[in-house]
Amino acid sequence: MTALALDNLAVKYNHRPVIERISWKAEKGKIYSIIGPNGCGKSTLLKAIAGQLKPVRGTILLDDRPLASYSRRGLARYLSMLQQSQEKQPDLTVRTLVGYGRFPHKPAWAGLRREDEEIIDWALAQTGALSLADRKLSALSGGERQRAWIALALAQQPRLLLLDEPTTYLDVSHQWEIMELVSELNQKHGITILMVLHDMNHAAAFSDEILVLSQGEVYVSGKPADTLTEQTLGEVFGVKGQITQDPETARLSCLVTGLLDQEGNIENRRYRRGLG
Amino acid sequence: MLTAIALAAVFGIAWSIGTGAVFISPGEIWQYLFHGFDGPLREVIWNIRLPRTLVAALVGVNLALSGAILQGVMRNPLADPHIIGVSSGAGLLGITILILYPEAWPLLTPVAFLGASAAAAIIYTLAWKQGVQPVRLILAGVAVSAFLGSGISALLTFYSDRVNGALVFLVGGLSAKSWPELQMMLPYSLAGLALAMIGSVHLNLLALGDAHARGLGVRVEATRLMLTAVATLLAASAVSVVGLLGFVGLIVPHCARLLIGSDHRLLLPASALLGVAVVTVCDTLARLLFAPIELPVGIILGAFGAPFFLYLLRREGE
Repeated sequence: MTALALDNLAVKYNHRPVIERISWKAEKGKIYSIIGPNGCGKSTLLKAIAGQLKPVRGTILLDDRPLASYSRRGLARYLSMLQQSQEKQPDLTVRTLVGYGRFPHKPAWAGLRREDEEIIDWALAQTGALSLADRKLSALSGGERQRAWIALALAQQPRLLLLDEPTTYLDVSHQWEIMELVSELNQKHGITILMVLHDMNHAAAFSDEILVLSQGEVYVSGKPADTLTEQTLGEVFGVKGQITQDPETARLSCLVTGLLDQEGNIENRRYRRGLG
Repeated sequence: MLTAIALAAVFGIAWSIGTGAVFISPGEIWQYLFHGFDGPLREVIWNIRLPRTLVAALVGVNLALSGAILQGVMRNPLADPHIIGVSSGAGLLGITILILYPEAWPLLTPVAFLGASAAAAIIYTLAWKQGVQPVRLILAGVAVSAFLGSGISALLTFYSDRVNGALVFLVGGLSAKSWPELQMMLPYSLAGLALAMIGSVHLNLLALGDAHARGLGVRVEATRLMLTAVATLLAASAVSVVGLLGFVGLIVPHCARLLIGSDHRLLLPASALLGVAVVTVCDTLARLLFAPIELPVGIILGAFGAPFFLYLLRREGE
């Protein structure tokens, strides 16, 4: 029942070793988040799993089959990836873009069949993008665009959905909307989710498990309560923070109050002045 | 809109067959071509007008299609058959034949074809570094073209007394083109069109960027190589027959895009048809304007095509 297994994985990005040695497993039907400071290798790991970067060592198993044994099309049927949002949007309508998601499911010369159209409608409906179908991507707001791109990923009918910082550039309510959408896709359709997140509160609220990366290696992985601790905040991110639990939703959240210096003391001039 | 472009192509062909030293009406052309009419102009139509018009049409198809494919593959609006060295490669070897070995002129077409394909292959190889990035390919193309271009200039300078013979090849002209040229180009046009249409969806996906295309199941490097090869053979077959007709490959795909949008499934056939219309009409003008003197079609293409393109560009902004 493993959707993804990494064994002794090492990946380079631009000739620089980024992922040093990662062994890790993800079960089917769960939501996983990867967090870590800038440059820890989060996005590189996601790209390697998506087949965009070739590992220099180790293996990636998808559905118990080595990644290297998948064809491009086969891989695109098993997993899809929402890439970091880009400024320049293609000159397409939402429906055309989402239609591209059917490419790995049919021969290149074949047009869209009726079942393809139905799947496109389904993907648009799931992401709440049906009403946007005939609009150009360039005419959409940030949140609407993100829905369109997630609909594209869904039209591939993936078993594993990778998301690279899906909430960047969105305001706080749209961030939560996207996170709710992802969680709904997981619950309704059993799609395994693996996403890179910047916001630790999102990771805490929506993940079954969190993978904390530090300098190309796994610092810790497991349930939010076990991984998202004040120690993690201090050792991995170099910040002082408190983890609290919301009594109503039982969700964890973290409140960061300052940077830590080399010795682990809080680095905040005003705070120190207050002490002095 | 595709229908309108197709009509323009038909008009261009009919006008081109009908116009010349003797005017022939469309009705008569129809009789001669499809009802075996054995009138006084039979020879003129079958041996001069028709093959020349069809060569013009195929040149239009091949260059426009090549440009449209390359602009898609490179994701760059300035890409055209020049970029992959087709013109400079065909030019250098073609001019070498015309100037140094004029007695070998029957070899002009195959040798120019060889030059065009070889230049493209060299550029692609030089640009390769764990795959080909479009920008690197374009820069390698500019550099190699400049290198080969200096060879052409050197030949023209050293043998300035023989430049006249090479001039029409440099500008691009359709004078005295007939069935053999048509036979040479037709297979490339047909195969190129078929492969381009199969690749049209790939081009749409490549337009999203390499990472997105790969994520959707496109083998990006293989596809890029395939489509560049198709574009090279299309352009090489045209350029080796009519000379360095550069303009069509750059501007016609842009016009088609302004008229029909950027979906390659429509854009490629539209470019091909528009190429037919533009080259046949311009060749007719080239024969007509200063009759009985015939201009190389390349001159007309630049003189009329460029302002028309600028007009479309301005209109689109409004």
